Amino acid sequence: MLDVVNEDLIREGKEPIAFDHDCREGICGMCSAVINGVPHGGFERTTVCQLHMRKFKDGDTLYIEPWRARAFPILRDLVVDRGTLDRLIQAGGYISCHTGGVPDGNALPISKGGADYAMDAAQCIGCGACVAACPNGAAMLFVGAKVAHLAVLPQGQVEAPERVAEMIQAMRDCGFGNCSNHYECEAVCPKGISVKFIAKLNREFLKALILAKTGPFKSSD
Amino acid sequence: MILDGKAPTGPIETTWERHRSDMKLVNPANKRKYRILVVGTGLAGASAAATLGELGYNVEAFCYQDSPRRAHCIAAQGGINAAKNYPNDGDSVFRLFYDTIKGGDFRAREADVWRLAQVSNNIIDQCVAQGVPFARDYGGHLETRSFGGAQVSRTFYARGQTGQQLLLGAYSALSRQIRAGTVKMYPRTEMLDLVVVNGEAKGITLRDLITGEVRCHAGDAVVLCSGGYVNVFHLSTNAMGCSVTAMWKAYKKGAFLANPCYTQVHPTCIPQAGEYQSKLTLMSESLRNDGRCWVPRKREDVGKPPDAIPEDDRDYFLERKYPSYGNLAPRDVASRAVKEQCDDGRGVGPTGRGVYLDFKDAIRRLGEHELRERYGNLFEMYERITDEDAYKVPMRIYPAPHYAMGGLWVDYNLMSNIPGLFVLGEANFSVHGANRLGASALMQGLADGYFVIPYTIADYLARTKPGKVTASHPECRKSIEDVKAQAKRLLSVRGDRSVTDFKRELGNLMWHNCGMLRSNKSLSEALSTIPAIKEEFWQRVRVPGTSAEFNPQLENAGRAADFIEFAELLCRDALHRDESCGGHFRVEHQYEDGEARRNDARFCYSAAWEYKGEGAPPELHKEPLRFEHVHLMVRSYK
Amino acid sequence: MQILMNSVVRKTLMSLTGIAMLAFTTVHLLGNTLVFNGPDDINAYSAGLHYLPTLLWAVRIGLAGALAVHIFFGLMLTLENWRTKPHKYAVKRMLKASFAGETMIWTGLLTLAFLVFHLLHFSFRLVPGSVPAPDFQGRFDIFSMVRDSFRSGPISLGYLVAMAILALHLSHGIQGILQTVGLNNEMSMPWVRRLGKGSALFFFVGYGVIPLLVLAGVGVFAG
Repeated sequence: MLDVVNEDLIREGKEPIAFDHDCREGICGMCSAVINGVPHGGFERTTVCQLHMRKFKDGDTLYIEPWRARAFPILRDLVVDRGTLDRLIQAGGYISCHTGGVPDGNALPISKGGADYAMDAAQCIGCGACVAACPNGAAMLFVGAKVAHLAVLPQGQVEAPERVAEMIQAMRDCGFGNCSNHYECEAVCPKGISVKFIAKLNREFLKALILAKTGPFKSSD
Repeated sequence: MILDGKAPTGPIETTWERHRSDMKLVNPANKRKYRILVVGTGLAGASAAATLGELGYNVEAFCYQDSPRRAHCIAAQGGINAAKNYPNDGDSVFRLFYDTIKGGDFRAREADVWRLAQVSNNIIDQCVAQGVPFARDYGGHLETRSFGGAQVSRTFYARGQTGQQLLLGAYSALSRQIRAGTVKMYPRTEMLDLVVVNGEAKGITLRDLITGEVRCHAGDAVVLCSGGYVNVFHLSTNAMGCSVTAMWKAYKKGAFLANPCYTQVHPTCIPQAGEYQSKLTLMSESLRNDGRCWVPRKREDVGKPPDAIPEDDRDYFLERKYPSYGNLAPRDVASRAVKEQCDDGRGVGPTGRGVYLDFKDAIRRLGEHELRERYGNLFEMYERITDEDAYKVPMRIYPAPHYAMGGLWVDYNLMSNIPGLFVLGEANFSVHGANRLGASALMQGLADGYFVIPYTIADYLARTKPGKVTASHPECRKSIEDVKAQAKRLLSVRGDRSVTDFKRELGNLMWHNCGMLRSNKSLSEALSTIPAIKEEFWQRVRVPGTSAEFNPQLENAGRAADFIEFAELLCRDALHRDESCGGHFRVEHQYEDGEARRNDARFCYSAAWEYKGEGAPPELHKEPLRFEHVHLMVRSYK
Repeated sequence: MQILMNSVVRKTLMSLTGIAMLAFTTVHLLGNTLVFNGPDDINAYSAGLHYLPTLLWAVRIGLAGALAVHIFFGLMLTLENWRTKPHKYAVKRMLKASFAGETMIWTGLLTLAFLVFHLLHFSFRLVPGSVPAPDFQGRFDIFSMVRDSFRSGPISLGYLVAMAILALHLSHGIQGILQTVGLNNEMSMPWVRRLGKGSALFFFVGYGVIPLLVLAGVGVFAG
């Protein structure tokens, strides 16, 4: 729809509206706009790029705003800088394995339930709607999903204590807020990622804090 | 010129091992002295950057998106092939190799395909180790499913989001290297020129998409992983930002572009709904397992609701035409059959470009619940886009451009004819021949990035001194000036038509004249129209804003300008290849039953085109294809 | 002390101190029920509490500490969170957030204000007219103090409002505790929510019934 507005603006010789978009099928996570006060518009499991004008009535006025959070500086119009989400992943949202020299894929059985749980968390598209919706600008759902995805898999458990500690520290460093259990993140998540992963994140952290054998919190204390 | 792919000869089973031991190595202490520029961070780019960074090279990676996690690989649904033979159903490296060669209609280099099949197994291991949540059975082992063009079950998957999960795996490996400082990531940058010094690729010039700054990054090698070019057609399944630009700039600096006419059209996409639609969405091929394709038998029934058309007046055309394969006919064949029905005036839907994919019989046979189990997410996606409930009314589908088999020419080392320029993934032409099999694109991207480039790039770097060129080199400065001049030119037209408008015009022309069916006439017509579009573009395009700011319209204008020039080359290649093979279907060359008729005597080669300057026709170079381990035959799935 | 900068550590401290105060609230409520037996039991209970002054003071100091931590981190987290949204949305619609959740800081601060008043009222007895004569055994007459105070409409109403505010705070707080310390998953989630709301209602009724019965003048409060 914004394409059409922009074409009209160009024809009228005006500056078009800058907005982020790419795959237009709700998977790349590039698109980002708050429609009528709700990130992605508030239709269940739908990103902005998949939101059709038929969902609105003729003559409706739409309020379209960018993601607003300190961690997402606005670049132009509806375009924000979400580099902080990348920084969160760089803080430990990975499993350290070298290319090559890994065991056979079937060497380590993973229960179907575990694989499904990991997949539920892993389908995050990194759009940042959770942060945009959170009154506190917190990234707990984003981090929780990554921590939970990797912590439930045996190959990810090796680094789980360090990962959770470092990612939480990175959230602070990047300027994200603190969770206060409103669950707005879950409500707007285009992939329907559950806040149970935030509980899992907290659980993983406290477990690491209590059971840590070596100093996983070196960086934080 | 006769090109040499430099593939090792001898027993194919050991080509890659032998080649690896023949190649030179770079001493670990010297690796950090080399700077490698990786353009694009999809599966190929992210995996290459991560692996090279881990090896100790100094890597700089670039992508136009705001994060390397958003490359369009993320939209791949189906899965990734590997010759693991976990199900014990007779799979082997040879079978995967053979299926890929045959699927590509015998237009790919044998040794490259063999290597792909061989490392496919390592990819699965690698991804599992990275935490990719592949589907598992109740025993905890990896699950597989079957895909088109294969008789074994070798496709590994993570629900309908395999591409996403593999990309996030590569992205996580990349993130780890960014943290380690071995890779420096530059998101929201677009490569706009290749810097060639003394015949070797030594840098790229890019535009910072936020600030508009144009600058040059110098390096010792350039790895191009910029994806495919099917956005040259109007409405493809590619992302909005996918473009030919990086590839085209390299071509203009002397890299050969091979087989651009090999493009793949996917039969099951959601049809276009309106003029303003910007792209098409794919529906997984697996739907054709239970759905039946039909159109009204009589033209006067078109426009009636599907319920009002009695069973006898329905034409189940795939079952009629291909009794043995029925609705599971291969992609290219099915696509052409759909188009044929619509051209016959029996297409359905508001535009007449669509056929029904009906699940009524499947619901009767299996029950709606079972169907929901199998395809729930796809039906949901369909409903979101069309607002129709496919459990009640039949889906409407239509083919759409989807993948580019052609790309920059590379040798067995994935190096183009410009030393120091490596091309990986969809951007190269190497393994898919004239048609790609399902679940092979992901495999190729990761194979190139994780398991091929780390070896082959060392062989080049070991022969070159690090840091020969810096960003202050005259060639770099010239390149910056050229890029700035192009932007200035685009902005100074100040015409009255939007970029999108031109893109649509070109795309429609390409789709109609050089899409699923091509003929001497349609291609000649396209070749005569494109220069006119180009001329008009440079006279009437309107690009608002300036170049020193965030300006998506300027980005698109540059991409469109490249697409226009590239389209001409594509048509030229399609016109020259006077045979039908795989995705390239020339109506003049078909068997009575509509199968593609190859001409191995004349066209058993890869066509690599060399840029000869503005206005001059490109020069054709041929790389003859030799088949020693498979026999050339008619590709038939009957 | 870097560890105290950690978001989850802070929130866990909020939860643990919340649990401590929740425990106190529960014991207080149990003590309150003695009022329905008439003056004898509750006055004896009150006097009994003071038999072990060391324990009493230990608990008091512990609770005061918990309260201080709860308030300190509550304020810190809220102030931090306010700073994460330098620009407000022109239009913002909430889908799941509850009124209780959004007003935690305010219900918390109001409850604190009430607590101060309550301590001045019934513990330090500095509110004029709230000190009755000792009962027939010479003990402090809690029963009469409570009854006489709540016979004043404004006081009763004030207590009722305060309890409603506390209940709001608890309805979000209790479920938040379980989520924050990680004792929550998909199956428990709806129950946790119900538990939070249910217990909040329970506390409201449990505490609110005393002023109401006093005002109504029924049972032991008659006459």
